[in-house]
Amino acid sequence: MPINDLLTEIEAEAARQLAICNACRYCEGLCAVFPALQRRTLFESGDIGQLANLCHNCKGCYHACQFIPPHAFAVNLPQILSEARFESYAAYAWPRPLGRLFENNGVVVSLIAALGVAALLIGVGLAHAPADLFAARTGPGAFYQVIPWGLMAGLAGGVTLFAVLAMTIGAFRFWRHTGEGGPATAGAVRPAALAAGDILTLHNLGGGGRGCNDKDEGFSTLRRRLHHFMFYGFMLCFASTTVAWIYDHFLGLVAPYPFFSAPVLLGTTGGIGMMIGTGGLLWLKFVTDQAPTARRLLGADVALLLLLFLVAATGLLLLCLRETPAMALLLAVHLGFVLALFLLLPYSKFVHGLYRSLALLRDRRERAASLHAHSKG
Amino acid sequence: MCAAITARQAGASVLVIEHAPKYLRGGNSRHTRNLRAMHSGPVETLVGAYDEEEYWRDLLFVTKGKTNEHLARIAIRGSIDAIPWLVRLGCRFQPSLTGTLSLSRTNLFFLGGGKAHLNVLYAAAQRLGVELIYDSEVREMPIENGRVREIRFSHRGFPATVKAKSYIAAAGGFQANIDWLKANWGARADNFCIRGTEYARGRVLRNLMDQGVATEGDPSGCHAVAIDARSPRFDGGIVTRLDCIPFSIVVNREAKRFYDEGEDFWPKRYAIWGKLVADQPDQMAWSIFDAKSLGLFMPSVFPAIEAPTLAGLAGKLGLDAEALTTTVAEYNAAVRPGSFDPTIHDDCATHGLALPKTHWARRIDQPPFYAYPLRPGITFTYMGVKVDENAAVHLGNGRPLDNLFATGEIMSGNILGEGYLAGFGMTIGTVFGRIAGRGAARHANQ
Ligand SMILES: Cc1cc2nc3c(=O)[nH]c(=O)nc-3n(C[C@H](O)[C@H](O)[C@H](O)COP(=O)(O)OP(=O)(O)OC[C@H]3O[C@@H](n4cnc5c(N)ncnc54)[C@H](O)[C@@H]3O)c2cc1C
Ligand code: SF4
Ligand code: SF4
Repeated sequence: MPINDLLTEIEAEAARQLAICNACRYCEGLCAVFPALQRRTLFESGDIGQLANLCHNCKGCYHACQFIPPHAFAVNLPQILSEARFESYAAYAWPRPLGRLFENNGVVVSLIAALGVAALLIGVGLAHAPADLFAARTGPGAFYQVIPWGLMAGLAGGVTLFAVLAMTIGAFRFWRHTGEGGPATAGAVRPAALAAGDILTLHNLGGGGRGCNDKDEGFSTLRRRLHHFMFYGFMLCFASTTVAWIYDHFLGLVAPYPFFSAPVLLGTTGGIGMMIGTGGLLWLKFVTDQAPTARRLLGADVALLLLLFLVAATGLLLLCLRETPAMALLLAVHLGFVLALFLLLPYSKFVHGLYRSLALLRDRRERAASLHAHSKG
Repeated sequence: MCAAITARQAGASVLVIEHAPKYLRGGNSRHTRNLRAMHSGPVETLVGAYDEEEYWRDLLFVTKGKTNEHLARIAIRGSIDAIPWLVRLGCRFQPSLTGTLSLSRTNLFFLGGGKAHLNVLYAAAQRLGVELIYDSEVREMPIENGRVREIRFSHRGFPATVKAKSYIAAAGGFQANIDWLKANWGARADNFCIRGTEYARGRVLRNLMDQGVATEGDPSGCHAVAIDARSPRFDGGIVTRLDCIPFSIVVNREAKRFYDEGEDFWPKRYAIWGKLVADQPDQMAWSIFDAKSLGLFMPSVFPAIEAPTLAGLAGKLGLDAEALTTTVAEYNAAVRPGSFDPTIHDDCATHGLALPKTHWARRIDQPPFYAYPLRPGITFTYMGVKVDENAAVHLGNGRPLDNLFATGEIMSGNILGEGYLAGFGMTIGTVFGRIAGRGAARHANQ
């Protein structure tokens, strides 16, 4: 398979390995990457972008491969696709110079998280006299006595809007890049529905029905289940915030809410889910066989997981201790982590969700087109 | 593995001694993709039906009768029960891979290939309590009074001995033992590539033969195909195979053709080209074709060598430019028009050449021109120990050993005396593995 001269070093190495897979095809049934690979006759940069973002990093193809290092062919697809994926995040980032944040992303994420927390702590500290700071507060509006509503809403709104803008532009860049020279695509609604299914069930983390290689050459679906905990936990927290916003805005109910209220119940379940998911995934990162992983990127993975874990943990702690004198500080810490998370949405591994989803959509559209071509000819 | 698991399931305690390090465990089986299974209706990913008689006829055809009907039918029938047994252990299958549709009725493809299949079996074995040691080469199995007394092996370089009630030999062929190949092929063997594991050195087979164990199968025979000459010496696996020969002409170092490239469909001629190339100077040949034919066959691991002219191509290959141009010109002049169709024995043939190309012959005239270098690639050897229907190994005097059983490549010469049927190697290993495991456990539990 001809390899394009215009590829980066990582893309060229990915193309070399993918050409071996294309001659082998043993992994065809493991995930969507291999059929997508066989639909292509050339490996352009956009093809690597698509395949790299389609890969769920399940390591199934590493443990199934007869050609892993030290074999002369040195195939280690999960590793090289991880590297290509990370390189693509930087390339799609907006504004472009901030793509640099993906280098040493672990440090970046940790720093911003620390800064977020520090900023809010200092802010809260300066705004309140010590006695005031450690006063126990209860009843509606208690949180806003610590941080004024306007500031909280303004900060949250501004950061969220920026993240949405940056990620939308990133999405457009991904879509244009992966569409260049790739196979034909077709369909709209049906492929989108199928892709939604792929995203919500993590179908490709099924190893073709037998499970993936989460830790070693044994098979399991633990990573898939942990990711579900984290993802649906996150979604519940998101739902909790949305409901809280509706309460506040339309029903005139002011936070904090009682334990048996929709926002708190949603947030609590979600928070626990996120802690189980992120905690489990962190544990897996360390016990897994390191050979198929990209060591360089471990920092970025770990940093984001830790951040998510801390957002959930401080949220739950705040719930437990909200009627004690520790509330003000805890609120500042929790919101500091949340602020950092939202600032980092476009510049951390978080973007994998966006590009993975789009890659799955493109994949479903390619499949629809090739089915169509087969049924015609 | 099948033997070890079966024996353990039958209540025996089992130790597996593997020469390779852990990441290379599973020998040639890790390079496989499928096994051939008899079935009366759709099973797993198999379509249609494949009955015992058809299976047997296919085997008879490829082996030209060099088989043991009784043992062969045991392997064929045993493939029915083997599938649900494998599935219970956690094995899964995938639809036949692209480019192999013709096998979707007869062959079950392992999900993720042979290595993934073996990983499932190793995991099952470990779950059941089979003990596995790696980096340990079996050196000798001394036979006394019709039984194996012990196993002498090296464990990470240190000598060790283990005594058991029964023993199973499943050490593959001897194709990676170049000195042994040389005894049959002479210096030519130095230029062979071994497609599978470098641990198939036949040490167990040799030791048993030296102690009077009977053998079956052609002692000098091996399954040899033409693979890409740029392949590594060992373990190149499936990706070094080339399917371009029927759409090309094949020349040797003198830039001369030496066999009808279009004699028959590729799967039927695949396995003669190893020997054909082995008989050429330096055991090298080159498959030459033009832009029309690129894309007619499965891609292989290395890109084709490309040049805008034939003389340029010859330069890159180290062949004499004039000789190659002449060979191609003579061939082109002899090509008669026809309607090219790779799916049938078409009417594209040469006329008037001393060595014709009888199908799929088209002029080589559309640049760029391409070449793949060829070398013999050895898949496996035929000769193995003689066994009976209980997988018990026989001595030269016709009597079975009391406590030694065998399965896989080390005994498949009983059934595959010559030729090869895709997926039958794994079928023999699986079915006789289960028989050997049961036999060994029964003997041990007595
Ligand atoms: C590239 C390739 C593709 C193939 N594809 C298929 C296919 O799709 N379907 C099919 O049915 N067949 C296929 N075959 C043939 C198939 O591989 C063999 O028939 C089958 O693997 C034989 O199994 P086995 O267990 O006897 O040998 P192996 O799988 O080779 O196992 C033998 C084991 O014994 C170990 N060993 C050897 N000597 C010693 C010793 N002295 N001490 C300790 N351990 C030792 C080796 O390390 C090895 O692990 C293929 C072969 C190759 C090379
Ligand atoms: S990862 Fe290895 S086994 Fe899987 S398709 Fe690629 S080369 Fe083949
Ligand atoms: S790591 Fe998993 S998802 Fe990625 S290519 Fe390999 S099998 Fe597919």
